[in-house]
Amino acid sequence: MITRRMLLASATALAFAAPAFAQEKLRVIATFSILGDVTANVGGDRVEVITLVGPDGDAHVFQPAPTDAKAVAGAQLIVANGLGFEGWMDRLIEASGTTAALINASEGVSPIAFGEEEHAEEGGHEGHDHGDHAEEAGHDGYDHDDHADEVGHEWHDHGAFDPHAWQSPVNVALYVGNIAQGLSSVDPEGAAAYQANAAAYIAELDALDTEIRAAVAALPEDRRTVVTSHDAFGYLAAGYGLTFVAPQGVSTQAEASAQDVAALITQVRDAGIAAVFVENIADRRLLDQIASETGADIGGTLYSDALSGPEGPAATYLAMMRHNLSQLTAALAN
Amino acid sequence: MSWLLDPFANFAFMQRALLGCLVISLGATPVGVFLLLRRMSLTGDAMAHAILPGAAVGYLVAGLNLGAMTIGGVVAGLIVALLTGAVARFTALREDASLAAFYLISLALGVLLVSLKGSNVDLMHVLFGTVLALDDAALTLLCAITTVTLVTLALIFRPLVLECADPRFLASVSRWSGPVHFLFLGLVVLNLVAGFQALGTLMAVGIMILPAAAARFWANSIGGMLAVAATVAALSSVAGLLASYHAGLPSGPAIILAAGTLYLLSLAFGPSGSLAARYWPRAHLDA
Repeated sequence: MITRRMLLASATALAFAAPAFAQEKLRVIATFSILGDVTANVGGDRVEVITLVGPDGDAHVFQPAPTDAKAVAGAQLIVANGLGFEGWMDRLIEASGTTAALINASEGVSPIAFGEEEHAEEGGHEGHDHGDHAEEAGHDGYDHDDHADEVGHEWHDHGAFDPHAWQSPVNVALYVGNIAQGLSSVDPEGAAAYQANAAAYIAELDALDTEIRAAVAALPEDRRTVVTSHDAFGYLAAGYGLTFVAPQGVSTQAEASAQDVAALITQVRDAGIAAVFVENIADRRLLDQIASETGADIGGTLYSDALSGPEGPAATYLAMMRHNLSQLTAALAN
Repeated sequence: MSWLLDPFANFAFMQRALLGCLVISLGATPVGVFLLLRRMSLTGDAMAHAILPGAAVGYLVAGLNLGAMTIGGVVAGLIVALLTGAVARFTALREDASLAAFYLISLALGVLLVSLKGSNVDLMHVLFGTVLALDDAALTLLCAITTVTLVTLALIFRPLVLECADPRFLASVSRWSGPVHFLFLGLVVLNLVAGFQALGTLMAVGIMILPAAAARFWANSIGGMLAVAATVAALSSVAGLLASYHAGLPSGPAIILAAGTLYLLSLAFGPSGSLAARYWPRAHLDA
């Protein structure tokens, strides 16, 4: 353990020596497109962000290519979501032989255990306490070993916690704090710039948070339940008092059983759920089937785990959240 | 009886799944029986791999589009089937070796194309299919493929049976030997494509081969085997869907495992050539 830490420390030292002398941009790996966008916002001009799972890609079933291993090997910092989201990450890190530091962007988030979405209404209280969490999150940003272990035994079934923490802007504010901390440790000269970028971005996140609260508050109490194809919106549900139900369990790796689909159809019929939503990464045939059987409307496409391409409606994290919100409110309001 | 009927009575998706499975059972099992009789059981498996990249290319070009994926799968499968047959007939290489060679090339090409495009989005869903999401277009396609299969089999039944018994004899008395063989491989490809709409490329082979293998232990005539195989496949479909409904199992594997269970039971207790028939013949007669 000690030798591993020492190695890491020296690697870190090497890593932050590089940009200082060569005036090169810091090379940072983000595991998927949403994290890439957030990291780029914090890093600004000093950082070149390489995203492993690109727009519209599904990080649950991602298969790294040698070019990915090469990118990881050449990076100074790796930003992962954690919470068991990137099951393939520790194998990739090992295979690439990288010396880059790894940070878990979701450090400090209060994770939602699977099956807790039912208590959506109670979740509202954890809305505005991101300040103190960011503090505790910072100091173990480099705990490489612990994270690798954590991710290691959680992959395949997603572990005990819902990893889609970025669906709440409040959590993303924590992400931003962690990322700024991680970048500053690798590149201390840029610390002030990173803090400034982070503060500006957090202000935008707060605005988004207010916007979502206002939009949900405007919805009637009995029109806050929607169906999506994969259970990725637990944090949005818990934070803002919405309810999401999904036919597929929480991971796109699982194949739906007839029991799940039947239970969902019964639920949609009984509860009079008005809208069924399609995600950008899941099979929409199943949802079409459910919609035609229950007479519910098909809402627009929601973006859950990946951004759209630059031309699409969800090219950045903020655009993605606003797009989802407008789709949801449009379907639920009428 | 309600556990048997309610799922199908209350849910349209269960009715569709059942219809799809029964249609596949009718079309794919005769093809499986002939594959078995011609000692080509593993050909189905190889063909499924050959189809997969075609479907993947179709998906990459046109998205999750039934037509594009079907055409891609059929084209890839037919190319491999034709090349394999041609190599086996015109060169020294045997059919099994040449099929192995071509399907591996096809599979590698497909994986390469998918990786170059860099998106793996719905491919998992494509490869594993889902019988619970059959829409009208998919059901129509399944019915069309089964109809074509049954009509074609009826037309080439006699030469096909002869070819099973003695391909050299057929070749010596008729010039239909070659065309019949290619037509038959075409049917294999078509039925695998039909199966992958519902069960995914990996599971489609199961509904083709397992009932045929089970039927071997019940009947000695081709007609008998065809009837038993279709029945086994239909029973497996119902049992698998009910298991998926009541026990919450994924539907594709549940159907194939139901067929596997029937196969194992047949292997142990079937009246013809099974373990029981061979090693406890008296006990069997007493019963």
